[in-house]
Amino acid sequence: MSSDTNAFQRPAMGSGGKSTQDAWFQRALALAGASVLIILAAMLISTAMNAWPVFTHSGWSFITSSDWDPGISRTEITGSYGALSFILGTLITSTIALLIAVPLAIGCSLYLTQIARPSIGRPLAYAVDLLAAVPSVVYGLWGLLFFVPIFVRPMIKVIADTVGEAVPFLGSPVVTYNYATAGIVLAIMVLPIITAVTREVMLNTPIAEIQGAYALGSTRWEMIRAIVLPRARPGIIGATMLGLGRALGETVAVAMLIGGSQRMPTSLFQGGQSMAGVIAITFQEASPENVKALLGVGVVLFVITVLVNMAARLVIWATGGRVAGDAAV
Amino acid sequence: MTSTELNTSSESVVFSVADKGEMPGNYAARKRKNQIMEGILFLAILMALIPLALILFEVIRRGASAMNFEFLTSVQNISLIREGGGYLNGLFGTLYMVGIASLIAVPLGVATATYVVEYSNSKLVPFIQFFTDVMTGVPSIFVGLFVYTILVQGDSIFGGFSTLAGGLGLSLIMIPIIARASEEVIRLVPDDLRNAAYGLGARRWQVVMQIVLPTAASGLITASMLAVARAAGETAVLLLTALGAFKIVPELLGSPQAALPLIIFNEARGPFEPAHARAWAGALELMLLVLLLTLIARYIGRKTQV
Repeated sequence: MSSDTNAFQRPAMGSGGKSTQDAWFQRALALAGASVLIILAAMLISTAMNAWPVFTHSGWSFITSSDWDPGISRTEITGSYGALSFILGTLITSTIALLIAVPLAIGCSLYLTQIARPSIGRPLAYAVDLLAAVPSVVYGLWGLLFFVPIFVRPMIKVIADTVGEAVPFLGSPVVTYNYATAGIVLAIMVLPIITAVTREVMLNTPIAEIQGAYALGSTRWEMIRAIVLPRARPGIIGATMLGLGRALGETVAVAMLIGGSQRMPTSLFQGGQSMAGVIAITFQEASPENVKALLGVGVVLFVITVLVNMAARLVIWATGGRVAGDAAV
Repeated sequence: MTSTELNTSSESVVFSVADKGEMPGNYAARKRKNQIMEGILFLAILMALIPLALILFEVIRRGASAMNFEFLTSVQNISLIREGGGYLNGLFGTLYMVGIASLIAVPLGVATATYVVEYSNSKLVPFIQFFTDVMTGVPSIFVGLFVYTILVQGDSIFGGFSTLAGGLGLSLIMIPIIARASEEVIRLVPDDLRNAAYGLGARRWQVVMQIVLPTAASGLITASMLAVARAAGETAVLLLTALGAFKIVPELLGSPQAALPLIIFNEARGPFEPAHARAWAGALELMLLVLLLTLIARYIGRKTQV
C-alpha cells in the first residue's frame, strides 16, 4: 500500500536536509523492526554460552540420561545432569493436552462457524477467547485447590481401577498431582488458541461449495464432512502445532500440577516434572553449576518450541495468511 | 454471516423434497445422524465453557470471602501459617514492572509495526513478520533465563534481581504482542490520508508521525493495553528476574521486587489454609486487574475506530 505512495514524495519540495531526515527515520524504524530478530538471536546465544560448560560436561547424556543429581560447585561442573525425565514430562503433558484440546477445538469451531447463529456464535466465541485471558498462575491455583481434587482425581481413580487393570501406563497407584492432571488443565489453556486459528480457517470455506453440497441433498453434518473438514485440514494441523508450542512452554500451571518428581515415567498417574517446571521450581535455590544446567534445559526447551512454532506459522501462512485476534497472540 | 442464513434456506428446500419421498435411500437415518453430530458439536462448546464458568465462579466465590480492606491495603504476611496481611506489595510491584515494561515495549512494538506497514517493500519485512509471530511463542520461562544471563547474574550496578530486570523480562513478552496487534491497526489507516499529506508536500517521516500514527492512536492504545493485561498475569519470567519481596520496593535496581502472580504462586503451593485463602483473594485481585485493563482497551478501541 505505502510503496505505491512512494512516488509522491519524490518531487523535491524541501531541502536536502529533509531527505536525510527521511533516511534517518527509515533507519531508526528498520532497527526497531530488526530488534525482534536481534533479540531472538541474543536469547539463544546468551543462554547457550552460559550453559556451554554443562553441555560439554554431559555431552549427549544431557538429553538421553535421566540421572539428574546437581552438584554444589561455584566454578566447576561436578554433578550429573541428564534431563530426559523432564523432557519426557513436557512431551507427555503436552500430548495429553493436545489429545483433549484438538478434538474439542474442532468441535467448538464447527459449532461456532457452521451451526450457531451469529447472534449466539459471536458471544460464545468471545467466551472461549476469554479462556486465554486467564493468567496461568490462576489456572495453577484453581487446578491445585479446586479442579484436580474435586473433579479430576475421582475421575482418574475410576479409570485406574477399571481400564487401568488392563492398559499399561493407566494403572494404580494414583498420585493426586500427576502427568494427567497437568495435561488436563493444560488442555483447557491451549484450547482457545487452537480454536481461534481453526475457527478462522473454517470461516474461509467457500460458500459456493457449501451451497453445492446442500443442493445435492446433504444434511449439515454431511456437508461438514465433505466440504468444511477437508478444506480446514491444513489449518487444523497448523493450529495443533501452535497449541503444541504453547503447551511445551507453559510453566507455572504445569509446575503446580505435575507433582514434582524426578522419576522416569512409568504411569500417567504418577508425579513427574517438566522442563519449564524444573526451572521454575528449583532455580531460586540452585547452586551456580545447577543454574548452568537449568539454563541448558532452557536452551533445549527453546530450540524445541521455536522449531515447532516456526513450522506452525509456516503451515498457517501457507493456508492463507496470518490469524488475527487476541487469542492467537 | 450470510452463509449461515443461506444454509438454512437451502436446507429447508432439501427437507421439503425429502418429505415428498423423492429422496433416495434412508433419509430418516441420515437426518438422525445429523442431529446426533450437531448435538456432539454443541457438547464440545459446552465442555469448553464449563471450565471457564468453574474458574470464574470459584475465583469470585473464594476470592471474595477472603477479600477485605486489610487485604487491599497491607503488605504481605511473612508467615504462611498466620492469617492477615495483604498483597499490596505485589500490586505495587506488578504495576511498577508493567509500567517499565510498557516504556520499553510500546515504542519498540509500534515502531516495528510501523516499519512493517509503511516500508513494506523492504526485504527485511517478511522476516520481521515471521519472527514476530515466532517470538509470541517463546516460553516465558526462557525469557526469564535470558534476562537472568544478561542482567541479573552480572556484577555491574544492573546486576542482581531487580525491578528493572523484571520489567525488561515483561517487555520482551509484550513486544511481539504489541507489534502484531499494532500492525493490523496501522494497516487500517486509509491511503487517502497519506496521499493527501504527500500532496501538501509532507515528507515521509512527517506523514508517519503526524498523520498515520495519530490516526491509529486509539487502536495502538488498545493493542498496548492488551499486551499490558497479558504481562500483568505473567509469572514464570518474574521468578528468574524479580524474585519476589515482602515489602514495597521503590528501588529500580539492586533489590528484588514483588508481584501479584509471584505471591499467588508461592502461597498456593504450600499446605497452609490462611495462605490459600490469601492466594484466592490475590487471584481475584489479579483477574480484576487484567479484566479492567482489557475492558479499557476494548472501550478505547470501540469508541474511536480508524
